[in-house]
Amino acid sequence: MSPINNLWDSKGTPLDRQRFTWKDLVGKPISKLDDDAFTRIRVILLNGLEVDSLRLKHIVSRFNGDLRVPLAQIRRVEHHQNTMVNWLLSADHSPLETTVAYEQVAIEVTASVAQAEPDPYQAQTYRFGLLEDFDHLYRYSAMLDRLEGKDANNILQGYTDIVPGRPTADEHRAPEDDVREPYSKKEAALLTKLHATLITAAEYQTHDYFINIGPLFADPLARQLYAEIASIEEQHVTQYGSLQDPSESIMEKLLIHEATEVYAYYSAVEQETNPRVKAIWERFLDYELGHLNLMCDLFKQYERRDPAEILTGVIPTPLQFRSNREFIRDVLSREVPLRANGTRYVPQEQESAASLSQRAQLNMEGSPSNIVSAGYQWSPGTELSRTRARKA
Amino acid sequence: MGNSTKLGMNRTGFQMAPVAGPLQEAFAMQVPPSSPGTIEQAAAVRAAYIAEADRIGSVPPPGTIRGMLATAADKLTGDKPELLLDKLGQRLAYERTGVRLYQAMCTKVQAAGHFRLDELYADLVRIAEDEARHFDLLCTAVESMGADPSAQTPCADVSGMASLGLMQVITDPRTTVSQSLEVILTVELTDNAAWELLIALARESGHDEMADSFREAYEQEEEHLITIKRWLRDTVMHEAQ
Repeated sequence: MSPINNLWDSKGTPLDRQRFTWKDLVGKPISKLDDDAFTRIRVILLNGLEVDSLRLKHIVSRFNGDLRVPLAQIRRVEHHQNTMVNWLLSADHSPLETTVAYEQVAIEVTASVAQAEPDPYQAQTYRFGLLEDFDHLYRYSAMLDRLEGKDANNILQGYTDIVPGRPTADEHRAPEDDVREPYSKKEAALLTKLHATLITAAEYQTHDYFINIGPLFADPLARQLYAEIASIEEQHVTQYGSLQDPSESIMEKLLIHEATEVYAYYSAVEQETNPRVKAIWERFLDYELGHLNLMCDLFKQYERRDPAEILTGVIPTPLQFRSNREFIRDVLSREVPLRANGTRYVPQEQESAASLSQRAQLNMEGSPSNIVSAGYQWSPGTELSRTRARKA
Repeated sequence: MGNSTKLGMNRTGFQMAPVAGPLQEAFAMQVPPSSPGTIEQAAAVRAAYIAEADRIGSVPPPGTIRGMLATAADKLTGDKPELLLDKLGQRLAYERTGVRLYQAMCTKVQAAGHFRLDELYADLVRIAEDEARHFDLLCTAVESMGADPSAQTPCADVSGMASLGLMQVITDPRTTVSQSLEVILTVELTDNAAWELLIALARESGHDEMADSFREAYEQEEEHLITIKRWLRDTVMHEAQ
């Protein structure tokens, strides 16, 4: 795919023409069976980005009187975008199947970001987190197989492997070992800033999804597994959120967030295979350009700076929505033993005493992720199919 | 709406990836599990929780003096009136939900169409009315024991949980009439066996009059089951032609 030029120049749809009806918001969902898994990946990712946009603007509004009304105006549209996107998920996804889909987003999108990221430390961070979400997929797949009798590969559609990564039981760390070095707002490429915003948003929604649906399960082991993995997702939100430069102004953060939304919808438009869904991405790309332009005006008004100082440089390619199997297998073969000590990635034996202690405490009465996948290896059609094959 | 199942671009199944699939499977078998054991480890955790669990909830005590006297009388004879009340509450809730399921089914067949629409619709409306009458009958039975028919008993709650998927299937605009009829068949199979049990339980606990009053409802449920089985068979066979 070719580099993206002049992405920020279009004016998009003016805010007062960004309108919805309830029927409009609740359209036909995607097909779990017939749509491509990457269509669902885009739905989940863009939903997460919209939720994060609302979250950021709500928090900013608590601190800034002048921005309260303009942010409320943008938020109302974003809320409805959020609704229309999330409502694309069809009701025949069980919560556990949707969970598998969320992990596929975390794996494939983070892997694409890790390869495109120009900053080596940030790229290392994405690979580090990737191996943990990769392991979550294996644990949830075992749960889907052993609880509901379903094959996770019917959600993954063969794009993503189902094997252990960095074991979830080993991912529990002390909070101080989850905070990373931030990029430098002056030196970092714009793409680095977009990546950090995007992945933080994705992980945040994954955390919120798990913490909300965990109690919907009757099975105590499923409740334990969601409790355990939601805890890691909180670590991931800490990790990815800390990649952003904390000295960026509120207006810079808002501007970068809008630019991330433009970038993500643009990437979705470029690669969407479902024409009806593609039309939604096109419409929302125009909406996001409208939001970005409004944010640029606010940036000029309150920051007294040119937004072009932030929105600088060429974006090399759209975000790649594709299977990253070979890249992930390579990372898997080399980086599973890595651990975090403070902001550094270190060999296993150099882990901090604080993290070891935290982990020992949490796992003291057993590890749900290990229990659910005890002896588990994925087979097409579930592990029961392997028994069937042996009998034949 | 083409209201039948069609061949199409279903992307699930291992055979969708004839080249990459076997490699994916080989890789999955090549990487060992990170923890040893079997599904038995999970069973042990579940068993520990079962041993420690509280119940979902309780049967509310009857609110009237007459009810308390009846309950006390049952207690004296060694019966457990709360069991009968729980089961009455369950059937009551099930029949009430049943009315809504049949109403949803009526909407589906009217919108989606059917090769014998008028006959099917008439049967669905008639059964919905039967379910509503059964709901009334059960309310009266619960009241006769001095209990509150608007309370949710534990069995009613559990049965509501079990029925969640039924409503999801019927109300999904994408599901066909035959897919929805199969759900209704599940409803009727359960309903049939449950009425039979309820009558036996009423008799066992000395409520012969109540058991007799349920006879007609049970016979109607038997007829519902036969009717729905026939509609499902006819609809699927028609699709197959």
